Amino acid sequence: MTDDTTTTEAETEEVPEPRDEAREELLAKLQEALGDSLLDSHIVVDRDIWIRVTPEAWQNTARVLREQFGARYFGFLSAIDWMPSPYGRSHDSAVDNELLPPKEDELLPDAPAEPDTEATGDAAVTDGDADASEDESSIEAPAGTGEAKYETGFAGGETRFQVFARVASVGEPNNHWGITVKADVPEDTLTVDSWTSVYAGADWHEREAWEMFGINFEGHPGLRNMYLPSGFKGNPLRKDFPLVSRQIKPWPGIVDIEQMPETEEEDAPSEGSEA
Amino acid sequence: MTAMTDSQKLQYIAARAADARVNVELETEGMTLNLGPQHPATHGTLRIVARLDGEQVIAAEPVAGYMHRGYEKLAEVRNYAQITTLVNRIDWLGSFANEVPFILAAEQLMEIEAPPRAQWIRTILFEMSRLANIVLFLGDMGVQLGAVTPAFYAFRDREFVLDQIERVTGGRFHPNFDRIGGLKDDLPKGWIADTKSAMDKVRDFCDEIEELFMNAEIFDARMRGVGVIPQDIAMQYGLSGANARASGIDWDLRRDNPIGLVYNELDWKVWTHVDGDSYARFWVRLQEVREATKMIDQLCDGLPSGPIMAKVPRIIKVPEGEAYIATENPLGEMGYYIVSQGGLTPFRVKIRSASFNNVSIVPWILRGVYIPDIISILGSIYFILGDIDR
Repeated sequence: MTDDTTTTEAETEEVPEPRDEAREELLAKLQEALGDSLLDSHIVVDRDIWIRVTPEAWQNTARVLREQFGARYFGFLSAIDWMPSPYGRSHDSAVDNELLPPKEDELLPDAPAEPDTEATGDAAVTDGDADASEDESSIEAPAGTGEAKYETGFAGGETRFQVFARVASVGEPNNHWGITVKADVPEDTLTVDSWTSVYAGADWHEREAWEMFGINFEGHPGLRNMYLPSGFKGNPLRKDFPLVSRQIKPWPGIVDIEQMPETEEEDAPSEGSEA
Repeated sequence: MTAMTDSQKLQYIAARAADARVNVELETEGMTLNLGPQHPATHGTLRIVARLDGEQVIAAEPVAGYMHRGYEKLAEVRNYAQITTLVNRIDWLGSFANEVPFILAAEQLMEIEAPPRAQWIRTILFEMSRLANIVLFLGDMGVQLGAVTPAFYAFRDREFVLDQIERVTGGRFHPNFDRIGGLKDDLPKGWIADTKSAMDKVRDFCDEIEELFMNAEIFDARMRGVGVIPQDIAMQYGLSGANARASGIDWDLRRDNPIGLVYNELDWKVWTHVDGDSYARFWVRLQEVREATKMIDQLCDGLPSGPIMAKVPRIIKVPEGEAYIATENPLGEMGYYIVSQGGLTPFRVKIRSASFNNVSIVPWILRGVYIPDIISILGSIYFILGDIDR
């Protein structure tokens, strides 16, 4: 990465934490260019940078990045639904809770009634309570429509839906960097400005996000289905869109509970500690 | 500023010029031509609806989605080891290369690094999937233009590469060999020597293809100056891989951002071409195959010894966080944006596949071309349907 400037001010910090001068410098410049519309940021040292901007500044951010920062390369644009799945993380937590070695001992005694045994019965050889937490992650939606603050990722967020996109500066030797830009999508309108006037290639990506998440892109030349048949109802990548096959069949990860014969006695106790 | 206006100008001129040419030359009744979804020139099930005036395309609209398998949704209910099985099927000609960026992204979140030997073998297999993919392209390009013979050469010589992949991974097309923290197995005995002789055969194939194509009059006529993509347009649409390099963009993730792979240790060259036409795209890929064979030779020579698997917990739980890792796959930049909220499954996986961006330029580039050029342009942009639809 480019580490040509501002090395000194990083050195003044007494904490020997790793710093990423190039990205911090970029962030400072972005702060200057975007002003108040830059809400939050996150840097993973030597890896990547994230910023979050206001929905109103979504398009302008693209323009600033492209025209002032030279990020002419459009990577992708998509969206995230931060709502926890109303179908629970049953596919996840059941195995999580019982297979993690520290918890394993606690969970093993109370093998509860299994709601759907017929498909998993043969697979759960070592763990009779394969469906242990099936009951705690209830199938009903936990009021996912409320104003609850969602657990969001890097650079934060307040709304259920976020759009995010990645642009990069490429083509000049030794000056390659990429940045992920996020913006909250207003809950009432589910609309943000289109990037197509800045990056023509955002066209298909916005169509995809529109179709998969139901987010509108103001100024897009023609939002129509990308993958789905035209009469399709629903937005498949929303968390409340059920994956039907997963509803009628337990998730295939349960099969993995079967432990390898030789690993079981050798390293079963120690494996949890090593990350 | 200038880049902006330039690009707009270019776009505007191209669009207007197409209309003007069509209108001035011949006033004919419009016609809609439907190419595909089952058409040999579409590499699967891409459908192109082209509005024609005479022999010229006024507007063309690719219709994707005939092979949409919803991997992003499926990935949310599978654990990380299972997802590699899915993503194998994205670009099915270079399957191993699909697994690598996903595994690297997960490794980054878990702060695990594969041991050196695993990284080297990964790089070997990565380049071998590039060969398996692009060798077929080189032969296939002939088929697009009506020359059937090169395709047979390509299928014949790709077999040497696939055999080697199969000997390591057990799978010709879907190795599913990459693991978080390393690889499933080490290389079998005698593999290195056989690989080197396979590389010689691939190099011979390149020479053969070069002889067949490069001075052929028809090939030149059909490819040169056809489907020119200016640099700025290529960047706006996010073209990557050989398509971008054929437009003069000196950018290769293998050199410029080689996370987790050992390209920095090798002596190789990034080929670019200034023309941006179909010919340039073909030429760049041909050189890339040659570079890849050289790289594999070097990798085989310098392969370090040691373990092939880092210490990883048996139950893969990825800590909270987000990561985007992209690698230079056979078709271009392929990246995975993984959002993890802890636990066995990712919260969201965004798959940034190369062909999706590469093909999104098709409506722009097909404006004003003649019908036969549709085929050579699509062929030279080179996409795999699974890589568009995911």
